[in-house]
Amino acid sequence: MYRYIPNTREDQEKMLSAIGAGSIDELFSDIPEDIRLDRELELPASMSEPELVSHMRAVASKNINAADHPCFLGAGAYDHLIPSVVGHVISRSEFYTSYTPYQPEISQGMLQAIFEYQTMICRLTGMDVSNASMYDGATALAEAALMAVRTTGRDRVLVSRGVHPQYREVLKTYAANAGIEVAEIGMSGGMTDMDGLRAMLSGQNDMPSGSKADGGAAKGAGTAAVIMQSPNFFGVIEDMEAATALAHEYDVLSVACVDPISLAIIQPPGEYGADIAAGDGQPLGNPLNYGGPHFGFLAAKQKLVRKMPGRIVGQTTDNEGRRGFVLTLQAREQHIRREKAVSNICSNQALNALAATVYLSVMGKQGLKQVAELCLSKSHYAYSKLLETGKFEKVNDAPFFREFAVRAADEPVETINKRLLDRGIIGGLALERYYPEMKNCWLVAVTEKRTRQEIDAFVEAAAGGGKQNG
Amino acid sequence: MAKLIFEMSKPGRAAYSLPPCDDAAEVCDGLIPGRFRRKKDAELPEVSETDVIRHFTELSRMNHGVDNGFYPLGSCTMKYNPKINEDIAALDGFKTVHPYQDDETAQGCIQVLYEMDRMLSEITGMDRFSLQPAAGAHGELTGLMIIRAYHANRGDTGRTKIIVPDSAHGTNPASAAMAGFEIVEVKSDERGGVDIEALKTAVGPDTAGLMLTNPNTLGLFDENIKAIADIVHDAGGLLYYDGANANAIIGICRPGDMGFDVVHLNLHKTFSTPHGGGGPGSGPVGVKKELEPFLPVPLAEFDGKQYRLVYDRPLSIGRVRSFCGNFGVILRAYAYIRTMGPDGLRKVAENAVLNANYLMHRLRDHFDLPYDRTCKHEFVLSYGRHKETGVRTLDIAKRLLDFGFHPPTVYFPLIVSEALMIEPTETESLETLNLFADTLIGIAEEAEKDPEKVKTAPHKTYTTRLDEVKAARNPVLVHADMRQSRPTAEQTD
Repeated sequence: MYRYIPNTREDQEKMLSAIGAGSIDELFSDIPEDIRLDRELELPASMSEPELVSHMRAVASKNINAADHPCFLGAGAYDHLIPSVVGHVISRSEFYTSYTPYQPEISQGMLQAIFEYQTMICRLTGMDVSNASMYDGATALAEAALMAVRTTGRDRVLVSRGVHPQYREVLKTYAANAGIEVAEIGMSGGMTDMDGLRAMLSGQNDMPSGSKADGGAAKGAGTAAVIMQSPNFFGVIEDMEAATALAHEYDVLSVACVDPISLAIIQPPGEYGADIAAGDGQPLGNPLNYGGPHFGFLAAKQKLVRKMPGRIVGQTTDNEGRRGFVLTLQAREQHIRREKAVSNICSNQALNALAATVYLSVMGKQGLKQVAELCLSKSHYAYSKLLETGKFEKVNDAPFFREFAVRAADEPVETINKRLLDRGIIGGLALERYYPEMKNCWLVAVTEKRTRQEIDAFVEAAAGGGKQNG
Repeated sequence: MAKLIFEMSKPGRAAYSLPPCDDAAEVCDGLIPGRFRRKKDAELPEVSETDVIRHFTELSRMNHGVDNGFYPLGSCTMKYNPKINEDIAALDGFKTVHPYQDDETAQGCIQVLYEMDRMLSEITGMDRFSLQPAAGAHGELTGLMIIRAYHANRGDTGRTKIIVPDSAHGTNPASAAMAGFEIVEVKSDERGGVDIEALKTAVGPDTAGLMLTNPNTLGLFDENIKAIADIVHDAGGLLYYDGANANAIIGICRPGDMGFDVVHLNLHKTFSTPHGGGGPGSGPVGVKKELEPFLPVPLAEFDGKQYRLVYDRPLSIGRVRSFCGNFGVILRAYAYIRTMGPDGLRKVAENAVLNANYLMHRLRDHFDLPYDRTCKHEFVLSYGRHKETGVRTLDIAKRLLDFGFHPPTVYFPLIVSEALMIEPTETESLETLNLFADTLIGIAEEAEKDPEKVKTAPHKTYTTRLDEVKAARNPVLVHADMRQSRPTAEQTD
């Protein structure tokens, strides 16, 4: 008996007799004998629901989790508050058990929600158009780079070393297969090195062979896009306005990788004229989930809309003139254009985008600003308290949001994290693994969820004090 | 017509509750330079919690999911999504684990990844799986990158072409193009399989591989699979298995035994995880031993004591996504496999195939059946016989909506005109199949007696038929609020 399979033996016999088959095996007789599996799969035996629950609880208990341990780890995934309402809405099974809304007349709920999502993303980023979501921030950024290459017809992108290391890795994987060159822009004082960027754009540096002639400088040395992140991997707010102006000076597209919470108070890509905005939407109402599902967002200027990958929802009317929503501009997509499509993406992260839509509705215009201000102030409080201990040093003087890097003066970051864990606290990220030059540097994130008591206990333990959890 | 959330907004309303300001939350002025500050607030809605719940509840009622009723959308495997798996994914011990935690503090998560790798390898007859790809198409892209890396590592750089049958999913050629390959289309034979002679002509020293769905998008098992594998392998190419239709064969036969070198599975199809209105999915990629070095990083390993993520894999294609993929989806699929066990998984395929053949039998006299063979998990009908009434497949599909059914996939595969692709899955009962068959037959009869009724369907849904041409001609992609001064839109091309 399997509770998800309703056919009884009697049903099966009725069906077989209607078909005119003697047995279920007969229905598989077109599969050549020599490739049929002549044994049962070697898998653990089936479990009842109570057995499964106790097994899964036991597995889950092997993890340390951020619900029971104050979390100061960020680096692309953040322990923000998730209002109860979000989980209740996305648990409506009319939403979560539906497929991509191909039949608009019975999918108006999801379609309208995506339309609201697109609108919210555009208002947050200040861009004109948004798609329905991407897999995550890393793939959204890689697709943004491909968009820029398609738009400009050039095959080089410049990416700041301040962009999340995993995003750069994904970008390089995508680029290598698409024949795109990726060059990295160096850092200076926690921020992208603008002089280095100018040099690369003007073709004085990192010159591709044969492009030294006139067109090279004018076209940014064959560059399609400048890709920067703000706040960058170190939490530092980059001078995106200057970077975008510089890119545009060389007729190169500006791609901004941004954090959606920060956009409530920090200059959005639309205000500084970026051409494409991308990022990871996890902070908007999505749990950490050990890295997924999260979702990526991708927004652009109006003129790039037909180069955008992924689903896009548009408003229209029904036969009686009532407002309704459909998937639109599908001539960009794989199911219509096959190998000529702008991307292969089909399934995206619709339910996670729905969670973000609910989150942004709950937080609203005022709440999101408060979340951002709390992240800003609490992270600065933690930063100054850490420096006050004398056990940590500044790494730079750049302005930051929610997250910052410090250097541990006396002991390895790993030792500090271990001590924090003994006190029931999840510590920060050891940066040296991703930036070998950042010896013993520590990346610490402080969201609105962290209380004064938690931060103080964190600082005390980080500096070597505090007591161990029983 | 439901209001938009923006149309419910009223300054002064709020649905949020944030932690109280304590000493840590001092005034923020001056913490960041003024020029980095946002100049104009983002116009997000201002609504109460009641507003939020009523609004999204109303929207949910305008949406049809598997929990609302039969959803025979071909090639999408819209089976029932077990509720217990949702509960498991919501455990704090999974849901609130940070992906950058040290391996020692995420042993449970890595164990799930490791055991999934082992279980999916056994199910497909492959040697190793990466769980990083976030969807089926993402798995395809990853698999093709692996094929490219394999040839390149052998110095075999002339292999620039991927062969794709004309019945393939659109993602196949799109993924191949994205991985930098040229696409060679090979036609189907009169039995719906790959045309062997055409394949022999298509392969050569430039062949990197063949992408195949088996059973294919017609729901037919390609009996020549061994011959196909030999032709491609003899030419030096590799075989890629699109697992979209794996529901037909789990526990019965395995892509690894058919000769496939790379496979992807859709956990959101075969392994019961919900589609979420278009995602999240998960598209793990499995490979044979020779291709293992090229899998994305990291992979999960177990030394008998500790689980860990391993990054030191010099021949890897690199990352295709951040962290370890859609872990929450992988977790649900893991729970499903542990629930079903080996016998249960085989019963999935048996009953999926039985249901499809029964439904095909019920409908075959009322529609055209272009390929009259025992089908696997799905079958394709054509509604091409009643040209004089002007009723088309689209109209039949829309009329089904009035009876509470999600329509089949229509106009796909492309090689069948006026196609209806029907996949009932194993989680539907005989009663449901009969009701659906009776309804569809009734609509076919109605289409002759009262074609206008069918052509103007649906009649009982929240909206009548929507103007898709208008949506594409004059794209309205965001809500234009009068209070928000929008940037000047440049002309679309």
